[in-house]
Amino acid sequence: MKLIFEKGAEGRKGVSLPELDVEKKENLIPKALLRKELNLPEVSELDVVRHYTKLSTLNFGVDSGFYPLGSCTMKYNPKINEDMSFLQGFALTHPLQGEELSQGVLELMFELEKALCELSGFERFSLQPAAGAHGELTGVMITKAFFKKKEENRTKLLIADSSHGTNPASCVLCGFETIEVKSDKEGNLDLEDLKEKMQQDVAGLMLTSPNTLGLFDKNTEEICKIVHEKNGLVYCDGANMNAIVGISKPAEQGFDIMHINLHKTFSTPHGGGGPGSGPVGVTKELVEFLPAPLIDKNRKGFYLNYDLENSIGKMRSFFGNFGILVRAFTYIKGLGTSLKEVGENSVLNANYLAVNLKKDFDLPYNRICMHEFVLSDKNFPNQVTTMDLAKRLLDYGFHAPTIYFPLIVHGAIMIEPTETESKETLDEFIEIMKKILKEAEKEPEKLKNAPQNTPVKRLDAVKAARQPDLRWKKQ
Amino acid sequence: MDNPKELHYTKEHEWVKIENGIGTVGITDFAQHSLTDIVFVELPEKGKQVEQFKQLTVLESVKSVSDIYSPISGEVTEVNESLSDSPEQVNKSPFENGWIAKIKLKDEKELENLMTAEQYNEYLKTKEH
Repeated sequence: MKLIFEKGAEGRKGVSLPELDVEKKENLIPKALLRKELNLPEVSELDVVRHYTKLSTLNFGVDSGFYPLGSCTMKYNPKINEDMSFLQGFALTHPLQGEELSQGVLELMFELEKALCELSGFERFSLQPAAGAHGELTGVMITKAFFKKKEENRTKLLIADSSHGTNPASCVLCGFETIEVKSDKEGNLDLEDLKEKMQQDVAGLMLTSPNTLGLFDKNTEEICKIVHEKNGLVYCDGANMNAIVGISKPAEQGFDIMHINLHKTFSTPHGGGGPGSGPVGVTKELVEFLPAPLIDKNRKGFYLNYDLENSIGKMRSFFGNFGILVRAFTYIKGLGTSLKEVGENSVLNANYLAVNLKKDFDLPYNRICMHEFVLSDKNFPNQVTTMDLAKRLLDYGFHAPTIYFPLIVHGAIMIEPTETESKETLDEFIEIMKKILKEAEKEPEKLKNAPQNTPVKRLDAVKAARQPDLRWKKQ
Repeated sequence: MDNPKELHYTKEHEWVKIENGIGTVGITDFAQHSLTDIVFVELPEKGKQVEQFKQLTVLESVKSVSDIYSPISGEVTEVNESLSDSPEQVNKSPFENGWIAKIKLKDEKELENLMTAEQYNEYLKTKEH
């Protein structure tokens, strides 16, 4: 498809301006300041409408098809969330209009924080972090501030070998050295390895729960105990909270800090849509370190509380991605006590897929999973790779699962159906996955040459990374 | 590709070749193969002090970003600048043109912590799926 810059013709316009009713003056702008190299498109209104309408049909999103991207929780985003965030009182709020004129906005943030506390068991939440990794960074900064106040020099943080790549990145940004803790054969954290590595100079552990293999670590309480015995903190990467929302509370399992992805568990848009939101919750003893301001209430009403002596400071301009907070709040209040069914159904759907697919595919951690599971490429015939399978799925109108992550599974295929998919969709996906595996046996070229039915064929990812072509230039 | 006999190897799949007290460091053929196409090599700074088995630099492939650990302690004296423009040399020639950095060997005893080609070959057998 042509770019908008390549369309149109010289002199074509989308509007016709009326005749000038004042004297026309030439050379108002000095010649040296006139630029010709901008190459702005010269197109009619219809050219523009057709161009962007066509572009929009090339999109793939959760509104157009099944999107089993593991770890990302690409669930349906209810449209009522959008309606609420567009209410004028929310949408037209200015962050500098003052507390007095922002009572409704502050109340929503106050109530959302309360709901997140109730669901997770933590004492307080900061709604500022703009995404999951930003939440991790906030959590690690809080960890650092905690030990600084205690005047303890702890230089290391432990990370599970199945962790998200952003975990070590967050640690390194705060000057911590990361040490990897192994997983055992069942996909739980190796307790012996943890005990050995949890030394006095270690600030704590970052653990994704449920983990990136889609498994709930049955030793979670024991893990937290081991870290606490050395006075360390345990951070919960809550990217996968979807599986346990309304069912169990991470704070009660022993976690000290946690981020929650509103754009996953609480159905706000992401994946080219966004923006994200990764509120961070802490236990009582860590509240003093949270980013300021917190939203509090006094006799006059709701206010922005900057009175936090040991706060790590602001994590984002103003108060977070507010529009996203409205959507998440709508989702939580809309579902009410049936929020529990979100967790139940996401687990049921994932297990339904896992049980049906493991007859033909290798499921390395073969046990009841949570909201997602990971297949391997172990029994692929004819040198077919995970990448080939993922590309072939696009031909059948599905988004590809997350692939080659987590790193501890060879050729990983990480599938997360979410609770919003129907049994019919899941059955169709199972059928297509099996069909592709048969194609791999008999007609492997169909996979090697996939995708064929998409707007662009297989992209050269290596060339794109080595010699990125990021800007269009007129020939 | 055979693992050259004159090199020393780490469990993290780096190699080092010692010549006149200078160690040339790179990653093994097994490593480049598992990482798949390498698209970016972050070159360490000249003059940087590194410790054995601690991070030397970072390497990015189409599949993932990986830490590269230093097989020996010492000062980085030279880096392979040509990798900035053509990181694919690490894939094509891991033991020759794809070298990453040269490090001034601080303590010869550290070489005892590394594997010979023969030991590394044995070690790889335990890694195969």
